[in-house]
Amino acid sequence: MSEATSVIQISDSAGVKKITFTQRSIIDETVIHQIGKDIVTVIDSESKPKVLISFHGVEHLSSAALGVLITCHNRIRVKEGQLYLSDIPKPIFEIFKITKLNKMFQIVDTSDVAMKSFK
Amino acid sequence: MWVYTLRSEPYIQDQILTDLKTDLEKVQKGVAEALVNCNYTEFAQFAIRLCLEEAIVNAFRHGNRSEPGKVVKFVCKIDHESADFKIEDEGHGFDPEGVPDPTAEENLEIPSGRGLMLMRAYMSEVAHLPPGNMLHMVYKNGPDPAD
Repeated sequence: MSEATSVIQISDSAGVKKITFTQRSIIDETVIHQIGKDIVTVIDSESKPKVLISFHGVEHLSSAALGVLITCHNRIRVKEGQLYLSDIPKPIFEIFKITKLNKMFQIVDTSDVAMKSFK
Repeated sequence: MWVYTLRSEPYIQDQILTDLKTDLEKVQKGVAEALVNCNYTEFAQFAIRLCLEEAIVNAFRHGNRSEPGKVVKFVCKIDHESADFKIEDEGHGFDPEGVPDPTAEENLEIPSGRGLMLMRAYMSEVAHLPPGNMLHMVYKNGPDPAD
């Protein structure tokens, strides 16, 4: 199953919702707002959501995008679900390190590793 | 023997920004071209783009509170040595020292408040001029921090 929106693609594999980005820049406020709405819809549709967000191909990310990720993290935690982030390019990972969000999120190198990590 | 290096004139922008989306795109495009022309590294280009985004969005959203008719003044000067930016909004200013540390354990799960921190991390100098509605930030051109 695959469903496309303007900025993200959502696929379902073995009960895991995998989210990928169709744009290289996640900095525009409108785009970020839409991403947040789309991911929250996915989270709300599951009783114990298992969500993987892959940053493959993403070149720019703003603090507003981090905010959306944190909101998703909090929402998934309340539902006792799991969230993994993967395929984060080095410059983007640096943003996670600076903000120390690499300690809060479960970050793995690749989507394959993430898929094996879900319980 | 004297060696002379010919260098182009600095790139200067002095603009009044009225619309966040369209004007920000124009600013970023001009700055990006200037950074390439002045041999800034890819890391520097990434850092400056991110910080400009954060600064200008903050000026419109927090400084001007998204009020229609309020503008943001943007001035920049880029040469081979440094990229210098001044961003001034029409707000009352704020105390940057009063912004909670987003990396503190108790603040990690709060979705907002990381823009200023990213600017401080990436830029060489960041200062808010009294009363706090003008941001001055400078990136000094040189090797990447990891080099």
